[in-house]
Amino acid sequence: MKQFFLASILAGALALPAVAADYTIIAPANPGGGWDQTARSIQSVMQAEGISGNVQVQNVPGAGGTIGLAQFASQSAGNANALIVGGYVMVGAILTNKSPVSLNDVTPIARLTGEYEAIVVPADSPLKSMGDLVEALKKDPGAVSWGGGSAGGTDHIAVGLIAKAAGVDPTKINYIAFSGGGEALAAILGSQVTAGISGYGEFESQIKAGTLRLLAMSSPERLPGIDAPTIKEGGLDVVVENWRMVAAAPGLTDEQKAAVSADIEKLAKSAGWQETLKTKGWTDTYLAGDAFKAQLAKDVSATEAVLKDIGLVQ
Amino acid sequence: MTTFDFLLQGMLVAAQPMNLFYALIGVTLGTAVGVLPGIGPALTVALLLPVTYRLDPGGSLIMFAGIYYGGMYGGSTTSILLNTPGESASIVTALEGNKMARKGRGGPALATAAIGSFVAGLIATLGLAFIAPFVVKLALVFGPREYFALMVLAFVTVSSAFGDSTLRGLTSLFIGFALAIIGIDQLTGQARMSFGIPDLLDGIEVTTLAVAMFAIGESLYIAAQGDQGPDKIEAVKGSVWMTGQDWARSWKAWLRGTAIGFPIGAMPAGGAEIGTFLSYATEKRLSKHPEEFGHGAIEGVAGPEAANNASAAGTLVPLLTLGLPTTATAAIMLAGFQQYGLQPGPLLFATNPQLVWGLIASLLIANFMLLVLNLPLVGLWVKLLTIPKPWLYAGILLFATLGTIGANPSVFELGMLLAFGVLGYGMRIFGYPIAPVVVGLILGPLAEQQLRRALAISQGDVTVLFTSPVAAVLLAVAAAALIVPLILRARGRGQVLSQLAANED
Repeated sequence: MKQFFLASILAGALALPAVAADYTIIAPANPGGGWDQTARSIQSVMQAEGISGNVQVQNVPGAGGTIGLAQFASQSAGNANALIVGGYVMVGAILTNKSPVSLNDVTPIARLTGEYEAIVVPADSPLKSMGDLVEALKKDPGAVSWGGGSAGGTDHIAVGLIAKAAGVDPTKINYIAFSGGGEALAAILGSQVTAGISGYGEFESQIKAGTLRLLAMSSPERLPGIDAPTIKEGGLDVVVENWRMVAAAPGLTDEQKAAVSADIEKLAKSAGWQETLKTKGWTDTYLAGDAFKAQLAKDVSATEAVLKDIGLVQ
Repeated sequence: MTTFDFLLQGMLVAAQPMNLFYALIGVTLGTAVGVLPGIGPALTVALLLPVTYRLDPGGSLIMFAGIYYGGMYGGSTTSILLNTPGESASIVTALEGNKMARKGRGGPALATAAIGSFVAGLIATLGLAFIAPFVVKLALVFGPREYFALMVLAFVTVSSAFGDSTLRGLTSLFIGFALAIIGIDQLTGQARMSFGIPDLLDGIEVTTLAVAMFAIGESLYIAAQGDQGPDKIEAVKGSVWMTGQDWARSWKAWLRGTAIGFPIGAMPAGGAEIGTFLSYATEKRLSKHPEEFGHGAIEGVAGPEAANNASAAGTLVPLLTLGLPTTATAAIMLAGFQQYGLQPGPLLFATNPQLVWGLIASLLIANFMLLVLNLPLVGLWVKLLTIPKPWLYAGILLFATLGTIGANPSVFELGMLLAFGVLGYGMRIFGYPIAPVVVGLILGPLAEQQLRRALAISQGDVTVLFTSPVAAVLLAVAAAALIVPLILRARGRGQVLSQLAANED
């Protein structure tokens, strides 16, 4: 009966809303993914740094985060203790899923982390450089299969932008969507696809071990510690960053908004957060206030344009 | 130091009293979580991750290992006793296990599950230690077309293995396929059959369907029979422990289940369920007592349970050798490793041998703990069946509902739970097997995605499906599995007809 007892406690703890929590963070994804890890990192740093005494994380997975976003927008309106983690993938998912709820329906607070896209090929691939890959793409777009994450996500968008910049019809790209980074990586390692694209962290250990060849990074300039040119250096004007952010509930007063923003700023500037970024390999891209708002609007319109080019959004 | 020295050293660390205590906490929690439908090992590890940061790496790895193996095993207990699979990998266990429990053989069913899990866990963990680099090479050979061929094989074997009538089995399977279409299409990101309902965008949760069809459907069925229910549950008949014959029938099934589960678990798109399905079909085909299948054959519990736990160890193969997390639990364990500055990947065995071997030793200890914890409990668990029916099924309903809300707090999800429960009830009344529905929901999308990926990569050339040697072999086996019984049936028509007549009653 001990098991049943423990199980009931566990179920109770999960099923009941956390009454005493200073913050409840919605991670709109399954445990284990990037958003979940971001939410749980915020949780532990906020508690360790004394920014908040009690932080709860709740997973509401599905549909590129739009299910969690919709639930958050409708159930948390006016609640200054509710936060949601999101990011660039959500921007694309809102458009492809025709989500009735968008980022306009919540209160974006700040961008926290970011990661640039890496383009890789298996070590035994005949393609030696980004130039070779672009050549092959120009010759026959369909013959170059790209393995990456979910359809309409950052990886897919980056491929669309590369094709467009190279003068190739983006609707012709042969993008193979895999669920989760693991499966895509296996397909790339097994030479099932021509090239792979995903966040650098997904490929890092393989690149170091020499089983994957890193062709290019989607950063504006070369990154320290990463031995690869940017896509820009190859003559294609493509910069893509997969960023993650935190947003508050809709319908907050200006004072409430300021209080949440102050807590998030304290978090982003704390030593504990910087330490977390280091162990997780995330880049600090903290951006808040009007600057973040402007950047967000820019990203949304650029994403919409490229998704239309690829043909995922009509 | 050699591999063996590292392993011994790891065992010494893992066998310290404090670490044994962590292992016990881990397996207890893991088993509890496996028992409760809806809350999986992934969420438990995620919840405990902050707690384990305060432990040393050894202690937390051991606890993870305990939760991981415990969660894989725990689902079988409710499957067998209550016909309520705690997670999708223990669905098959419910088929024979629950029939055994109803005949008063719940004890042997639980015991063969526990010992089978231990044996499989032991062999597969040793496999992880010594042949991981080779297994992972094999797993990488599997691309979309090979996976598709594997799915075809699974469909063919599974649809003939569940239930007496192939037509009814296929009907159920296609109900599952129909449900599987709902949700966002992985390859294009477009919503299908979701009718503008946001809750349907992510498709139908396998655990919700499984819990509804098995637990709710069963409760409705029992309730509808009222006091006249013919099938009175006998708590214990004969020994609680396995008889000599049980052992004789179990051990080969354990080994076969391990052999099937471990490599499939190691495949990045494999998963624990496929191994259990294939193991069940294999056991049914090879059994000397095929007539017992569907009425409580012990091989049908022993094989799939072994496959289930072997695939749990298999999952760690790509995680440790490639840094590939292929399940949600593995992804969280990866996050845990990173906390200690470990970067799983091709270099991990070379750069951090102590921790890798520590983890493998922890898995062995956790596996042993699981047996120590669960074998003595068998006697206690079977007493659950002596609870009067109304209370028992009220309890099942409560746990099924709690688990569903715990995993997905939404009113719509509860509505689906009820609707599928009614569907399960209806299928029971009309004699349709329910397991193939769940199989269809799990395997349907996998087969579809892999087929479309294969065709996209080949730009529409269908011949690629047969030109890979691995895929060709798998498809040939599938074709043989389909055609051979037909030939046998045509030859011995009289025999089959008499058997069909026997099934009518």
